[in-house]
Amino acid sequence: MDQFAFDVAHLLAGGLVLISLTMLYQDRLSALIRVFALHAVVLALSVAWQAAIQHAPHLYITAAIALLFKAIIIPVSLLRIMKQLGVHREIDTVVGIGPTMLAGIGLIALSMVVMLRVTAESDPLAREDLAFALSVVLLGLLMMVTRRNVVSQVIGFMSLENGLILAATGAKGMPLVVEISVAFSVLIAFIVIGIFLFRIRERFDTVDVQALERLRGEDP
Amino acid sequence: MMPPAMTLPIILFSVCGFLGLAVMAVALGSSRRATPVLYGGASIVSLVALIASLIQLVAGGHVTPGLTLPMGVPWIGVHFRLDALSSFFVAVIDLGAAVASLYAIGYGRHEHEPLRVLPFYPAFLAGMNLVVLAGDAFTFLVSWEFMSLSSWALVMAHHRDPGNIRAGYIYLLTASFGTLCLLLAFGLMAGPAGGYTFETIRTAHYSGWVAALVLALVLLGAGSKAGLVPLHVWLPLAHPAAPSHVSALMSGVMTKVAVYAFIRVVFDLLGEPSWWSSMVVLALGGVTAVLGVLYALIQQDIKRLLAYSTVENIGIIYIGLGLALAFQANGVTAGTALALTAVLLHVLNHSLFKSLLFFGAGAVLSATGERDMDRLGGLIHRMPVTAFTFLVGSVAISALPPLNGFVSEWMTFQAILLSPNLPQWGLKFMIPAVGALLALSAALAAACFVRGFGITFLGRPRAQAAAQARETDRFSQSAMLLLALLCLLAGILPGVVIDALAPVIQSLIGGRMPLQGNVPWLSIVPIAASRSSYNGLLVFLFIAASAWIAALAIHRFASHAVRRSAAWDCGYPDPSPLTQYSAGSFSQPIRRIYGATIFEARERIEMPAPGDTGPARFRVDLKDLVWDWLYAPIAGIVNFTAGRLNHLQFLTIRRYLSLVFVALIVLLLVLAIWM
Repeated sequence: MDQFAFDVAHLLAGGLVLISLTMLYQDRLSALIRVFALHAVVLALSVAWQAAIQHAPHLYITAAIALLFKAIIIPVSLLRIMKQLGVHREIDTVVGIGPTMLAGIGLIALSMVVMLRVTAESDPLAREDLAFALSVVLLGLLMMVTRRNVVSQVIGFMSLENGLILAATGAKGMPLVVEISVAFSVLIAFIVIGIFLFRIRERFDTVDVQALERLRGEDP
Repeated sequence: MMPPAMTLPIILFSVCGFLGLAVMAVALGSSRRATPVLYGGASIVSLVALIASLIQLVAGGHVTPGLTLPMGVPWIGVHFRLDALSSFFVAVIDLGAAVASLYAIGYGRHEHEPLRVLPFYPAFLAGMNLVVLAGDAFTFLVSWEFMSLSSWALVMAHHRDPGNIRAGYIYLLTASFGTLCLLLAFGLMAGPAGGYTFETIRTAHYSGWVAALVLALVLLGAGSKAGLVPLHVWLPLAHPAAPSHVSALMSGVMTKVAVYAFIRVVFDLLGEPSWWSSMVVLALGGVTAVLGVLYALIQQDIKRLLAYSTVENIGIIYIGLGLALAFQANGVTAGTALALTAVLLHVLNHSLFKSLLFFGAGAVLSATGERDMDRLGGLIHRMPVTAFTFLVGSVAISALPPLNGFVSEWMTFQAILLSPNLPQWGLKFMIPAVGALLALSAALAAACFVRGFGITFLGRPRAQAAAQARETDRFSQSAMLLLALLCLLAGILPGVVIDALAPVIQSLIGGRMPLQGNVPWLSIVPIAASRSSYNGLLVFLFIAASAWIAALAIHRFASHAVRRSAAWDCGYPDPSPLTQYSAGSFSQPIRRIYGATIFEARERIEMPAPGDTGPARFRVDLKDLVWDWLYAPIAGIVNFTAGRLNHLQFLTIRRYLSLVFVALIVLLLVLAIWM
């Protein structure tokens, strides 16, 4: 393995983890969506780099899909929805930023420990990649858990999915079909949730999930 | 005579015949002819299977080649096999089934909703047969569950009667628990390689703790079906709830299928037992025998009394099994053979007299509509055949010579008397104590059936229904007479039965009891003529002759003049039959001795206030300690946990996600720390 190629792949994957942490730090929705777009851009770069060093041209398509949908279409339309709903300034965390960041750091450490031990015999590039990917997945999940706004939960879910793609491209020979289907499923999830968002908004005047809890007579 | 190789297919065809009858019952619907046709058919089919199994048994120890059908789990198939042990149990099952079906030709006419019984009855018979024919763990468990479910449907046949829904529910819970235990036991025996056929399991060797665990699980699984204390709670609820011929089968036969499961696993599949395991079985058997008969003594409901008496007899059988384990662990083949023969003989005997007694109870129930003994009485004049056969059954179950119950209990005692030869001090002390429990339970059983027969059939009728009872129909009478005859035959010719059982014992433990056919005068000699021997025929002849001579002498020398005077009224010139000795008063002394501790019995007299013209009342409050201390806490814990976990159904999406997240983190942490 070329040391330079390894370093760049490492840089891009680490950058993805860093941006995931940045997303955890954002408490305004519009800022969060923008950081997510950056996340998708870095993912696309990482996938493209993998395509180059693995000589796997189909990964370029994956990168293009990531760039097109996740970095452009979804953030733009989400921002638009925000503006229409007038919720782009809302603060929506359940747990404070500080503890969330600490938890995120802990998760990264955990995924490093687990992955580096489990994959002791495999290709070092794939090892690092998998460890970073697991961190991204866990951070996405953490975001879904610590936010109560539907929009940020959707974004958490999509960043989790980014982690999955990172893991898939790091390992050699993932068929393109799977990625396309994954991408489409995310798109569909986005559409469905978007529609629900409007519905919820129409009915309850807010996109705060807490309103739904109150509706069912539950304490938040 | 057909070759023994044909017996297994014939029995399997009989099982198909049962299943066909079940389908036919649905097709016939509620037609009036359905009852006699179906029960007649079931009787004939079980007779065929009975003859085939007897031929197999007489052919002796010969194992027919197993049959593998390409059904069920693909890589295992369905194995059937018929060795001496299974052919003995097929004979017990199908003898009971044939007589019960004969009885039901008449008794079934009283059924209000025949469609709730008819389809399940042949299916239940098929299930019991399949369990003992099974040659691999899967077939065994599926048949076991089939048997449980079809009998559950029969328990629920009269689901509108109060209490029956609860009985069915508790039965279903216990049956599932038992099957779960057996499933785990077979899983342990099959091991990770998954050798599920009995042949593979038999050749495998087990380490000490696996064998102990399997034994405990089988004790729980088979014991819950057989009715071992403390797993017996369902039995006195479920057995009386079913129609009487089904109660007879459940009590007389299905509990024996559970005994089969225990013998098959412990004596056949598991290999060498350890001596301390026999102590567990002995202790459970002794406790079961005494508690079962004590509960039976305080029952007012005659069918419930019989069900508790089944618990007692299962205790006696398990005492025999414990003795056999103790002897086998020490390599005393003669003792093992004696104890196991006593067990198998008692299995046969109990199936005979318990079926007979349930038939009698069913005849009383259909004639009077009553199961409460305190509303019966005087039936001996109105139902002479039922009363006579019930008396024979009562004498047999009380272990009085010359009937069959005595033989098996006597042989169990003979095995107990061999115990001083055992090397372990634990067994030396334990077995005589268990023998004392066995003797106590035999005496209490006699008291119990004096009470059961006396209150029901003697005295004056305590209610209008009992005064207007009519003798039961011909089919039921012939079934009861047949069983009474079999009880007598097995009692006076025990040597024949013991010799017929020899191949079973031979195939299980590689030894047998001495041949009884050569002993002169039809005596039986369990160990040696110098030690002990018993001759049922001689006792029978002596009893018959002395009774005849006494009767003759009385008639010869007594005055023939007819005297008429008032009957002795015990000093109470009250015409009401309610002042007679009742079921409650008969059991009062025993209730006072044992009940205060075992049932926490409290007697109370509620006097009316001065000036109140209401009657004074005498009440007895009994508690079921097994229920209060074992089952009630479990039910409480389950309820509490279920109430707490109920919140989990109403969480928000975010909380569900948090649960998933936390679970994932915990798993990853475990992975990180573990590796």
